[in-house]
Amino acid sequence: MPEVATNRWSGSPPNGWQVLRRNCVAMIALVFVFAVAVFAIATPFCLSDATKKVGTETFLPPTWCKGGVSAHLLGTDANGRDLFYQLAIGAQVSLGVGLVGALVSLVIGGVYGMISGYAGGRVDGAMMRLVDILNSIPSLLLVMIFIAAFDDYFKDTLHDVQLWGQKHWLWLDKTAGGLMPYSRIFILVLSLGLMQWLTMARIVRGQVLVLRELAFVTAARSMGQRGWAILWKHLWPNLSTVVLTYLTLTIPSVILNESFLSFLGLGIADPAASWGSLLKDGAQVINPLDSKWWLLVFPATLMSASLLALNFLGDGLRDAFDPRSSD
Amino acid sequence: MLTFILRRLLSSILVLFIVVCVTFLLARKMKGGPFDREKEPPPHVKVMLEKKYHLSGSVWAQLVAYLDQLVLEGNLGLSTKNKDRTVAEILGQKLPNSMQLGAVAFLIASLGGVAAGFVAAMKKDSALDVSSMFVALAAISIPTFITGPLCIAVFGLWLGWLPIGGFGSFDQIILPSICLALPFLAYVARLTRNSLLDVLSQNFMRTAKAKGLSQAGALSHHALKVAILPVVTYLGPMAAYVLTGSFVIENVFNISGVGGVFVNAIQNRDVFLLTGAVIIYSALIVFFNLIVDVLYTFLDKRINLHA
Repeated sequence: MPEVATNRWSGSPPNGWQVLRRNCVAMIALVFVFAVAVFAIATPFCLSDATKKVGTETFLPPTWCKGGVSAHLLGTDANGRDLFYQLAIGAQVSLGVGLVGALVSLVIGGVYGMISGYAGGRVDGAMMRLVDILNSIPSLLLVMIFIAAFDDYFKDTLHDVQLWGQKHWLWLDKTAGGLMPYSRIFILVLSLGLMQWLTMARIVRGQVLVLRELAFVTAARSMGQRGWAILWKHLWPNLSTVVLTYLTLTIPSVILNESFLSFLGLGIADPAASWGSLLKDGAQVINPLDSKWWLLVFPATLMSASLLALNFLGDGLRDAFDPRSSD
Repeated sequence: MLTFILRRLLSSILVLFIVVCVTFLLARKMKGGPFDREKEPPPHVKVMLEKKYHLSGSVWAQLVAYLDQLVLEGNLGLSTKNKDRTVAEILGQKLPNSMQLGAVAFLIASLGGVAAGFVAAMKKDSALDVSSMFVALAAISIPTFITGPLCIAVFGLWLGWLPIGGFGSFDQIILPSICLALPFLAYVARLTRNSLLDVLSQNFMRTAKAKGLSQAGALSHHALKVAILPVVTYLGPMAAYVLTGSFVIENVFNISGVGGVFVNAIQNRDVFLLTGAVIIYSALIVFFNLIVDVLYTFLDKRINLHA
């Protein structure tokens, strides 16, 4: 619920940003998300090469435990990789996948919702029926098949680019070669974005339905502006805060779906790592006799805290900018 | 009403048909065929195998052959990986476990969620409300493959209340289904609470209170009828999420269900098993959605089907 100025002489009611700034939990969440992002980006630069490289000492416990060494703060995993460094890399991938996936969903859902809302009538009805239908099929199953089907083709394309680059431009060869281990991430991001746009479309359409009846839209139309121009110049700026809100809320759900797929072994694969794949690796080596708890506890804590913070931030944004909506 | 149901039924069948076609085509487009092994079979054997399974010729011809078999005979075909086992047999073996888990989790999530949301809305802004909504957001945020092992460690190993392995008896179902239900329960609770609070600010609620109904009475008699609608809408998508979400829970709790079959079928390029699993799941969910849609028209008196 938005805060309303309690003193009736205190001037105009606060705008969304002011409401957000007064929301203590959301601000803490914002700081935390920012901190995780900084951790993800800065850590690879701060650690020494000795720590980053794959070592021979597997399953070292964290530094403060018996048998831990100071070089590996959070211990090492089954392949002798430093967990602290892996966490940062995983954060890069997870946050990156979340952000890009959410942006893909924003582009698709935003355009779809705007067209549907602005067109109205039968077109709107049909387009929203399609959203309902897509919402009612187990899309995650299709995403799994989609990833398995297109991953290899994308790798082949990269191979072709690499071969072509070897003859013509060497930098192209290098870029394609560098992208190779991450080919799966691209497909993953694309398919998760393709899966997540439904909510965005519905929200944007709802907003456009209200906005298009307002006087400034009528004015723009009467001055001869075309539909696309009205959508882009007049409606889109008015949607930005609502879109930002749902973008923030889409990020954690994309991350969650990515980790879901990675946990089942259908998402991020070695040598790339995400929080989900780290947890999968941790879960594989866990057993009651010789617990390698650090491989589960640290990724789980970081991931849960980040997702919680993103959700709190999204909730705060929604309370500030879209107080009418209820879910 | 009847025309509405009939129209929805037709569109559901159309949706199913499209899903089946897309799945089959994607499965056939995957690199590596179902008969590729580490030890490459002789070419003529492979050709014979492909003939036997109707997987030779163009993809479209294969699709037509498959649909023919599926629609006319209701035959889901043979698994290409597990020799001589039919898809129906494999799914028939695994599906009951998944369905049991899913159904129990679905009930826990919907009933528990509405109850929790109701209590939170009744005590709005109390410590109970704030803390339960915090827990709900945490439950939505934390993936089930973290809560699952955590629950095993706490309730299974540490406290020793519930068994951690096996599936079938009542006490073995409790832990996995609660873990599976948790995020959905939390979502339903939030949905119910917010929707109830929305309804509470409306005029007819003021009337209800003015005529002397207690808060709880007003909520349960008048508000819940309207506030439940968004929850009913969510039930359809939730069924889909619960069924796919059970893949992870089955993995964590070592339950032999459809999840493992599905993941293996993708990795083995087992076309018919894969498509069969998708058909069963899609059919379940699409028709569940149909039921929810019909239910919705009974619950929401404002909907006019002839409009």
